[in-house]
Amino acid sequence: MNKMNLAEYKGVFVFAQQVDNKISGVALELLGKAKDLAKDLDTDVTAVLVGSDVKGLVDELAEYGADKVIVVDDPELKDYRTEPYTHALAEVINKYKPEIVLVGATAIGRDLGPRVSARVATGLTADCTVLEIGDFPINPIPNQEQKHNQLLMTRPAFGGNTIATIACPDNRPQMATVRAGVMQKIDPIKGAKAVVEEFNPGFTPNNKYVEIMDIVKSVTDTVDIMEAKVLVSGGRGVGSKENFKMLEDLAAVFGGEVCCSRAVTDAGWLPVDRQVGQTGKTVRPSLYFAIGISGAIQHVAGMEESDIIVAINKDEDAPIFDVADYGLVGDLNKIVPALTEALKAEMAAK
Amino acid sequence: MKIVVCVKQVPDTKGGVKFNPDGTLDRGAMLTIMNPDDKAGLEAALRIKDECGAEVTVVTMGLPKAEEVLREAIAMGADKGILVTDRVLGGADTWATSTTLAGAIRNLDYDLIITGRQAIDGDTAQVGPQISEHLDIPVISYAQNIKVEGDSVIVERQYEDRHHVVKAKMPCLVTALAELNEPRYMTPGGIFDAYDAEITVWGRANLVDVDDANLGLKGSPTKIAKASDKVRKGAGEKVTLDPTEAVEYLVGKFKEKHII
Repeated sequence: MNKMNLAEYKGVFVFAQQVDNKISGVALELLGKAKDLAKDLDTDVTAVLVGSDVKGLVDELAEYGADKVIVVDDPELKDYRTEPYTHALAEVINKYKPEIVLVGATAIGRDLGPRVSARVATGLTADCTVLEIGDFPINPIPNQEQKHNQLLMTRPAFGGNTIATIACPDNRPQMATVRAGVMQKIDPIKGAKAVVEEFNPGFTPNNKYVEIMDIVKSVTDTVDIMEAKVLVSGGRGVGSKENFKMLEDLAAVFGGEVCCSRAVTDAGWLPVDRQVGQTGKTVRPSLYFAIGISGAIQHVAGMEESDIIVAINKDEDAPIFDVADYGLVGDLNKIVPALTEALKAEMAAK
Repeated sequence: MKIVVCVKQVPDTKGGVKFNPDGTLDRGAMLTIMNPDDKAGLEAALRIKDECGAEVTVVTMGLPKAEEVLREAIAMGADKGILVTDRVLGGADTWATSTTLAGAIRNLDYDLIITGRQAIDGDTAQVGPQISEHLDIPVISYAQNIKVEGDSVIVERQYEDRHHVVKAKMPCLVTALAELNEPRYMTPGGIFDAYDAEITVWGRANLVDVDDANLGLKGSPTKIAKASDKVRKGAGEKVTLDPTEAVEYLVGKFKEKHII
């Protein structure tokens, strides 16, 4: 890698993802995290807002912690396309030289992040679960300079079975993506204002500007399983789409939601937005029922931070029992309806 | 037309997951497979080959053992396999890996490059888009459908709540989702061919327009500060009871924890 003048790079930047001119929740969560990091580094937080006709979103970013907003507004940026968005963010980085850039690990961010990191020649750490400022190497090593004020990025690998902390000591910016639901938003500061700067690096279509021929929105009920306090999750063992009714009834007792493992979306029993796990969503409800879920590590990675995990499975060797607080070995078809009735009775008695 | 498919050999985490007594993954006991997203990408390439005729070249970077996935790809119907392997490439992060693969692909004629969206061991989804940037061609990630029409590729690009139908002029890179298709099995004839097929092996010297400073551990901007097997919170209680007792047990626990 070419040597960069690292001292030139200042400030914590957040890619303020918007879709249909609505700020994505993960961007607000990242602003919350960016504020912590900026405090440790004695610097400020800048949101980079990229889109078409998006200036109206600036105040919302300020309320969630942005000290400054750089707005890149151009008709070419109406719907997400890799090239113009990469050009926008890469040119912002080249001009403003941030030391840290955080991007949501969404279907947009996991395309934009790598393309930008390759263009500006820096490292990118995907799907981080912890971001903190510290030293690299963490402990001093003889004959090696220990660098301070580095972004230490911790991420699971191998479906969550190993944890690695990664640094990017010789390149700037230090880039990380973070999945939705991992960081916390701050309570919005009503009336907060940010310094707004408009920047347009020019957008001239070339062969890399792909053509969007159609946009097809999924016509599903838009339940956000990441917001639910109680999740009743089903796997292949539930047996059929119809059997999910049992899980819905159980969820209804708690006012919770139904979600699932990948086997269920693959079978078409539930839509993809209900899927928990490495390729689905990361959830951390207070109570998680894993019903007829074997517990492949890809699934566990998406739910193991739940406060209490209940597993119901007929296979006593199912790996889900290794992460469950309460494991019931038995027939879910008998246990789940009986549990629902018993819980209803308990609730009614109160 | 010419299609290059990038594949990775990964430990199989599905089904046959083995744990050590301390709860960490027992890698030695696990088999290796062709990464699922990559296999879907290969299948997509083979379907284009079936429909419109194409030469499919499969490229992998890894240890010499990674040759196995190239033979599997040939047994499925790929035409050529190229193994990129060299000691100096070891320890590469996604930047150095994508630099290496781009350096290898510059030797090849291609209209379309297909990679998997992400590998199940690293889960970064970075290498495909980064290769496209190094080669200065368009990328369409998260493909749930791929179609070739004249000199363009038309892809259904998945997002959380929608998909875009996107058209790009080739050459272009597409990253494939495992749900794109059901990959075919190897054919007996294919397995026979694969056994005899000559695998091209490339090392550092074969990489085009690549600086030594951008390869392997040394060329990786990200460095591992600390790695550990995850300390899981550990299993709680596991009981085998008849349904009535099971329900009583759980309701009792919920009361104890003030859940109800």
